[in-house]
This record gives sequence, structure tokens and C-alpha cells, in this order.
Amino acid sequence: MSLTTATINRLTVNEKIMKTLKGVLNTVSNALLLPAVGIAIFLALWSITAQSIHTSLGEFPGPNAVVKQFSTLYDEHIAERKKAEAFYERQEKRNAKKLEKNPDAVVKIRAYTGKETFVDQIFTSLVTVTSGFLVAAIIAIPLGIWMGLSAKLNSAMNPIVQIFKPVSPLAWLPLVTMVVSALYVSDDPLVSKSFLTSLITVSLCSLWPMVINTSIGVSSIDSDLLNVSKVLRLPTLTHIKKIVLPASVPMIFTGMRLSFGVAWMVLIAAEMLAQNPGLGKFVWDEFQNGSSNSLARIMAAVIVIGFIGFLLDRIMLMLQRKVSWDKSSATV
Amino acid sequence: MTTTHNSEEHFLNISRIDMEFPTPSGSFTALKDVDIQIKQGEFISLIGHSGCGKSTVLNIVAGIHQATKGGVLLKNKEVNEPGPERAVVFQNHSLLPWLTSYQNVELAVDQVFRKTMTKAEKKDWIEHNLKLVHMDHAMHKRPDEISGGMKQRVGIARALAMQPEVLLMDEPFGALDALTRAHMQDSLMEIQKELNNTVIMITHDVDEAVLLSDRIVMMTNGPEATIGEILEVNLPHPRNRLALAENPEYNRLRSAVLKFLYEKQRKVEVIPTTTTAEEDQEKTPNVA
Ligand SMILES: Nc1ncnc2c1ncn2[C@@H]1O[C@H](COP(=O)(O)OP(=O)(O)OP(=O)(O)O)[C@@H](O)[C@H]1O
Ligand SMILES: [Mg+2]
Repeated sequence: MSLTTATINRLTVNEKIMKTLKGVLNTVSNALLLPAVGIAIFLALWSITAQSIHTSLGEFPGPNAVVKQFSTLYDEHIAERKKAEAFYERQEKRNAKKLEKNPDAVVKIRAYTGKETFVDQIFTSLVTVTSGFLVAAIIAIPLGIWMGLSAKLNSAMNPIVQIFKPVSPLAWLPLVTMVVSALYVSDDPLVSKSFLTSLITVSLCSLWPMVINTSIGVSSIDSDLLNVSKVLRLPTLTHIKKIVLPASVPMIFTGMRLSFGVAWMVLIAAEMLAQNPGLGKFVWDEFQNGSSNSLARIMAAVIVIGFIGFLLDRIMLMLQRKVSWDKSSATV
Repeated sequence: MTTTHNSEEHFLNISRIDMEFPTPSGSFTALKDVDIQIKQGEFISLIGHSGCGKSTVLNIVAGIHQATKGGVLLKNKEVNEPGPERAVVFQNHSLLPWLTSYQNVELAVDQVFRKTMTKAEKKDWIEHNLKLVHMDHAMHKRPDEISGGMKQRVGIARALAMQPEVLLMDEPFGALDALTRAHMQDSLMEIQKELNNTVIMITHDVDEAVLLSDRIVMMTNGPEATIGEILEVNLPHPRNRLALAENPEYNRLRSAVLKFLYEKQRKVEVIPTTTTAEEDQEKTPNVA
């Protein structure tokens, strides 16, 4: 009797183990194996087609050439950093000597003005895109909430939003550049003009998805929830804080994710066209340069741009999961 | 209205209200001359076919809608906006999904008693009301973590916690299964015995109406719906659903309501292919 139950138990335990094993295998294959297969096929196709494309700058770079350029770009960055360090060391020594001779001497500290490396450009682009996006969010979310609350404002703003939403950044850029040069005159500028131009262009283009999604989120709050607020006679600010904001957080985040994607795309284009520092400028410089390595270096930049775009989206998604009560809306 | 305070007879006076809704095809008269006087502590059920205008009456008393003619007086004061002294239990609980049961009740308590209660008193009051509906064990769970019946109970706790002069309930148990519903009805009777609230409850359930009410207000079919009959329920409290099943008075009342609904106000079923804008909005009646 007890023996048979023991065997049965063991059987079911075995079955359970098999089931979990299968489950684990399934997840592993979905999460790792299949993407890896996809990437492998892509790389193979890429290297085959690359060999048969001949440009005026030589053969189109395959994966190998790009990987090589990645390490070159990194080496260049390290070399540049060393140069900068050496520069500052020399400057410090010089200044120290000067002070030794004459303690009242005025010493100048100059910034190193070497060539911006690939890594520097990535960093610049990241700072610009984040600033531009934040400026847009600070304007768009309150505006969207206001539009969602007031049908009148919504009707008034709607044509403007609809018309400006599809405008390409390239159209804005000359205008922004001219306006910034005209208005932003200061002897001791806090930020450079080119940074400001990129930032404003990014903001102008990434504003709209957030405005639209926020206002839709706010105006589509369940009327029952609004009635709860009415019955309680919540004051406007409490109403916004306790009901409107949490209820529309999922939609606000949808808008923010769309906007961040737009912001990143717009920034690269703006940097290219306006020669503003950043990854876009790197691509443009390499294109103008026209050396035999240029295409591989551009391809490296393309991969980095794509990867950063993906990471930015993931960061927003993580933020959404953290902030939003509605976990089901925070999916890929 | 007279200025003398006659709270016994006219605690809540729904005085000859008409309600017209503007629609694309002209105005639609949902209610015509609805007139009910309600005593303090009275439990009123509103019953009628779907789409006749029960929710509209309740929303006018709540202040969410404004009657086009006539008006509502609560203790001789005109009602023209929503307020916590007329708490509403909505048809589909309408708890805020991002707040726990406790926080949902807290939102109401914080607002209604912000000047009169200390923090500790508020906490006790919130917990007291959740205990009243037997939800103290799941205080810190969010609506998506509790069952439909539990959500409805939290909704009732939230309304009770406002200490309303009138409790308005729009089909509070409509979405629940029969067992849960019976359980909720018992809880409600228990609470009613303790607090003696003035209640208007909409229901589709004839047994529920007879079991809980002091009076049953039966509405005619719309458009231009009005009060068809009012039925006094003089069954002694406390009421027990099993004992009542064999009570002749209970059965008389029950069949009176059924007669009203299925003979006098028989709903003509609409054939879907010929629906008009008005008929479109009607749901099928689900009278139990
Ligand atoms: N905002 C509105 N605009 C136009 N018509 C409306 C509006 N609200 C309600 N109605 C109409 O008024 C009538 C009464 O609606 P109401 O919601 O009060 O019915 P009800 O008795 O509560 O129905 P149910 O039992 O299905 O909830 C319906 O014919 C409905 O179409
Ligand atoms: Mg209704």
C-alpha cells in the first residue's frame, strides 16, 4: 500500500520536474535561442551582401570591418583622453611655476579643445536628447492635462496640434537656428548655441505625441471615477492629483515612450544637418571624410544609434512599471 | 416650499421632476412628473424595466444631473450639485483601481472630515467602516486583487464612511452571483438596522426589493417615464429570507411587483433590425 503510493508520488514528482524543465527550456529558447538565431542569420546575410556591393569608398563593410572599427574608435578615444590629461598636467605645472615666482600672478586655466571622439559624441547626443525630451515633457504633460480637462481648450488647440505634429525636424531647423542666433546673445553663455538649437528642435518634434496621448488619457477617464470626485467635492488640485494624474498615467507613459523615440530620431537628423556636436555630426563628418574606413565607422554609428534608441525605450518602460499602477499597460 | 421644517414627512422631497436630454434628433423626455417624498430613515427601492429612467432619478438626487423641471429638496434645501451628504454607491463599484480598499475609503474620509477629525480618528473611522462590511481582512488589497462582491462592499464602506444623510445605490448588487448577492443583502440589512440610513436603491431584483424596502417605487416604461405605483412593505424587521418564503404577505407583495412589471408595464421586445436611436439604448430587461 505505502509502497504503491510512494511510487505514484515519485512518478508525479518526476512528471512535475519534466514539466518545469520543459517550461524552462521553452522560456530559454524564446528569450535567448531564437533571438540569437535571428541575429546570426542577419549577420550572415549582411556579410554576404556586403561583399557584392562596391562603392566609391570601397567594398561595403561587413560585420568584421565594423567590429574592427569599434575597437579603433575606442582606442582613439583612449588616446584622446591621454592627450587631454597630458595637456592639463602641463598647464598645471606651468601655472604652479608661475605662482612660485610671483604669488600674485593671474593664472589662466584653459579647457582642452581636442577633437571630439566617438564616445564624446555619444555622450553629447545623450545629454541633448534627454534635455530636449525633458523640456518637451515639462510643457506637454501639463498642457495635455489641461486640454483633457477642458473640452474648449481641446477644440482650440486641436488644429494647431494636428498641423504641427507631422512637421519634419529638418523644416524646423533653419528657423530654430536663426531664432537662437538672434535671441540667444550672451557674453558668457551657459550652454552653446548648437546645443540649444538641437534641444529646441528635439523638443518641438517630441512635444506632440505627449500632448496628444496625455489629453486623450485625461479626457477618457471613466465618468464614474469623475462622479466619485464630484460627489466628494474634491477641490480642483486634489482632483488632478488624486484622480486625473493616476488615471492617465498609463497613457502619459505611452506618449512619453513615443516621444522619446521621436526625440532620438530627430536629434540625429538635426545634428547631421546643423553640424551640431553629437552622433549625427559624427556620421556626417565621416561621410565628408570619405576614407576607406568611413563606411565601416558610419555603420558602427548606426548600430550604436539603434542600440541606444532601444535602451532609452527600455528605461522608459522600466520607469513606467515602477510608477504606473496598471502593469498590463506597461508591455513591450 | 414652506419654510417650516417638517423633517419627518419631507426629509427628502423629489418634487415633480421632468428630465429632458438633448439628442441629435431633438430633445428626449426621459422623466415626466416624478414625485416622491421620503422620510428620514426610510429604505426605498426603485424598480422598473431597463432604460426607464431609474439611474436618471438617482443621478438627479445625487446632483450629477439637473432636472429640467421641478427639483429635489433635502431638508428643505435645494439640491443642485453633488455632495458627500448624498453618497452614491455606483453600479460598477467605481473604486479607484490604483488605491487599496483602505485608501479608497481614506480618500472620502480625508475630504469629508478634513477639518473635524484627527489623523488617528480618521484611521479608526476608516477601519470601522471596512469592518462594518466585513472587509477589514483585505484592507490593503487593491481592487484588482479582490472579488466583485468584495469591491462592491468597499464601495458601500466608502459611501457609509461619508456619513451621508441619504445613501443612493444604483444596482449595487447587480453584477454579483446569487449567493454573494444574498450575503450582501443580509449585510446591508444588518448595517441598516445599526445606522438607520435613508436609502434609495435601484434594483432589478423583485425579491431584493421586497426583502429590503419600506416602500417600493415602481416606474413606468419610458419615454416620459413616471411613477406607476408605490407599494408599502409592512413586513416586520428583522427579515429573514427563509422565513419570508412562506409568508403570505411577502408573496402578495412579490406578485404585486411582478404583475406591475409583466402585465401593466409589459416590455414590448424590439426586433433588432428596426432599431431607432432611442430603442438602441435599451438593454434587455434582466428581471430576476
Ligand atoms: N446623457 C443622456 N443623453 C441622452 N439620453 C439619455 C442620457 N442618459 C440617459 N438617457 C436616456 O434616458 C433613459 C433612461 O436612462 P437610465 O439610464 O436612467 O435608465 P435605467 O432605468 O437606469 O436603465 P438600466 O436599468 O438599464 O440601468 C434611457 O432611454 C436613456 O437612453
Ligand atoms: Mg441604470
